[in-house]
Amino acid sequence: MSDKSATSKSVTVKSMSGASILWECLEREGVTSVFGYPGGAILPAYDALKGSKIHHILVRHEQGATHMADGYARASGQVGVAVATSGPGATNMVTGIATAMLDSSPIVCITGQVGSKLIGSDAFQETDITGVTLPITKHNYLVTHASEVARTIREAFYVARSGRPGPVLVDITKDAQQTICEFDWEAAKPQLPGYRPDLSPEPKEYEQALELIHNSKRPVILAGHGIIISGAMNEVREFAERAGIPVALTLLGLGAFPASHPLNLGMMGMHGEAWVNHTIQEADLLLAFGMRFDDRVTGNLKTYASNAKKIHIEIDPAEINKNVKVDVPLVGDLREVLHELLPHVESIDRSEWLDSIDKLKGDAAVRDIQNLPDSGHLYAAHVINDLWRETRAGDAIVVTDVGQHQMWEAQYYKHEKARSLITSGGLGTMGFALPAAIGAKVARPEAEVWVVVGDGGFQMTLCELATIVQEKLKVNIAIINNGFLGMVRQWQEFFYERNYAATPLLNPDFAKLGEAYGIRSMTVTERSQVVPAVRTAREHDGPVLLNFRVEQEDTVYPMVAAGASLHEMIRRPSKIVETAEDE
Amino acid sequence: MLNTYVVYVENKPGVLTRVASLFRRRAFNIDSLTVGRTEKPEVSRMTITVDADHDQARRIEANLYKLVNVLLVENITHQPAIVRDLAMIKVAATHEARSHVLELASVFRARVVDVAPDSLTIEITGAEDKIDGLLEVLRPYGVLEMVRTGIVAMRRGKSSTLGSTTGPDEGVPEEDVSHSV
Repeated sequence: MSDKSATSKSVTVKSMSGASILWECLEREGVTSVFGYPGGAILPAYDALKGSKIHHILVRHEQGATHMADGYARASGQVGVAVATSGPGATNMVTGIATAMLDSSPIVCITGQVGSKLIGSDAFQETDITGVTLPITKHNYLVTHASEVARTIREAFYVARSGRPGPVLVDITKDAQQTICEFDWEAAKPQLPGYRPDLSPEPKEYEQALELIHNSKRPVILAGHGIIISGAMNEVREFAERAGIPVALTLLGLGAFPASHPLNLGMMGMHGEAWVNHTIQEADLLLAFGMRFDDRVTGNLKTYASNAKKIHIEIDPAEINKNVKVDVPLVGDLREVLHELLPHVESIDRSEWLDSIDKLKGDAAVRDIQNLPDSGHLYAAHVINDLWRETRAGDAIVVTDVGQHQMWEAQYYKHEKARSLITSGGLGTMGFALPAAIGAKVARPEAEVWVVVGDGGFQMTLCELATIVQEKLKVNIAIINNGFLGMVRQWQEFFYERNYAATPLLNPDFAKLGEAYGIRSMTVTERSQVVPAVRTAREHDGPVLLNFRVEQEDTVYPMVAAGASLHEMIRRPSKIVETAEDE
Repeated sequence: MLNTYVVYVENKPGVLTRVASLFRRRAFNIDSLTVGRTEKPEVSRMTITVDADHDQARRIEANLYKLVNVLLVENITHQPAIVRDLAMIKVAATHEARSHVLELASVFRARVVDVAPDSLTIEITGAEDKIDGLLEVLRPYGVLEMVRTGIVAMRRGKSSTLGSTTGPDEGVPEEDVSHSV
């Protein structure tokens, strides 16, 4: 390998092309795999790939590359890398970048750009991708000289993973890849004089927070994605146990606190458990841990937890008082803030509060469906609950798409560990699951990876089945196939007088499609077949596609309508239970 | 209310776009934005005025800090500051009106920078209300053309000190971004 001498300490400066410097820097940042798609303006980089130890995974669409990098990052906590050419290659990345931005996922996207002399001339495959991605990246760079490559890559990785993580795009002109220049890793230190990722609260803010905690009779912890990003799972658990405070989770927080823990209430928000939303509305103190009061978890802000004081532990100061006015903000890394708080947290008996929540739990309509007798109908809840029962003992990662199946997964799959659920929360990107699962499998090859995806979202990125086969990845795919864009249909059912405009789907035979890619595939139509199919998939040495033909017009309950108060939930009518036996 | 920010940014291509894009993206309406060089060649300085309430003003500051190229943000709205706007006003000035216009300009300590047969161009520097005042009295004579720079601002007395350029290894200590006398 031509670059080998550059890694030894004796030779620190070496003449290399910008393209070789790129791969060398990625290696030094710890990158072992990248997801990409070649093209004209990035060809010098691909030519230099042969001298690198990095494994390149050829995707079928650049959007897939970004979701794979995102899935890689979420499964491992390491920065994921996607590579594409200029113009359409770069613009195809936009959805994946926006997805990573909204969910604070650290990815670095490398794009080729036309030669620096051609910039601004509307050259073939020229797009101002730094301009296009300005509002959806944490930061981005246009590199026009080979001498800037090393520092830029180092800065990109540092910015992507530090503070509140996010996507960084590095656009490198073709000539910057081709030019030979001196490479000196040590001298190419990041220079970011204005970047402050390491904030911490004032001592008096800690005191104010502790006073609120100790005076609270009805506190709730709102556990978000920040716990997982910060790696604060143990600290949150210790905090909750010591203070006797129950924990409600956001969608992206699932796994941050064990589902089986007695203090775990479950998911909050639009499709959260009814008792969780009631608990939040009745609380006198909310402890928001690494979450951002998204509209999907608060409902109507005017009536949201109106009797509660709020403590917000959050790394991004721009999130403070954005949606919900808080009494005490603690701006900093969650794990570090909890380390400061923990020694001062008093053990308080809150059994009265916990008992009152238990009473609310008695009302568990949302669970009815999983306990229904087998009447021949196959519900998505059955599939997901059976999948959970079969895989719970192992180290499974479930990667979900967006829509009804995503909410049922959140309700019926019990996540015990952080990074065991990967899903697009903030942007709600259909087509995310399949490529993100590929990224997760590459990041953690030892883990059992399941894609849970709707028939709509699956068809947005199904071309990546070829990537699974080419890379020989053991990824299992469960299509929750109801022949509808189910969540949109549900909104039409509730809010548009059942006018199912453009939501019924005429689908191909997904099992035949899977077979065409060389993937073992099965169609499942009955509840009794679910467990055998899941077992077959787990035992098979290679990817498996399971096409679950589920009830067409099933609905996710409970539901807080957009803009409604959090306690105003649409509940599952008991009639549905009868329907299962009637029809 | 109008908030006035002094924002120090790295003097790099595209930084103005990043700042302007942030205001658009977060739906804050810029009233005025000026940018120019500072005593340090690697640093540019912006004066931005925005209509925002107290909470919005805080969020604007926090969002500005999220831009990697932003070095220091000061909201000087409630601090003693020198605030200046520059305007050039071309006024129709016929023979009989000319002396009146010249008189008004001198009352406002404005300078005449161009004289043409039927117009005068007046340059005035000052707080915005002073310029508004001159404009109002000139209007009856016929304002043919006007341009204003938007305000630049500087705190009175103590000066802002930017920290030395440091990498992420060292971080930026709190003291470096605070204000020394």
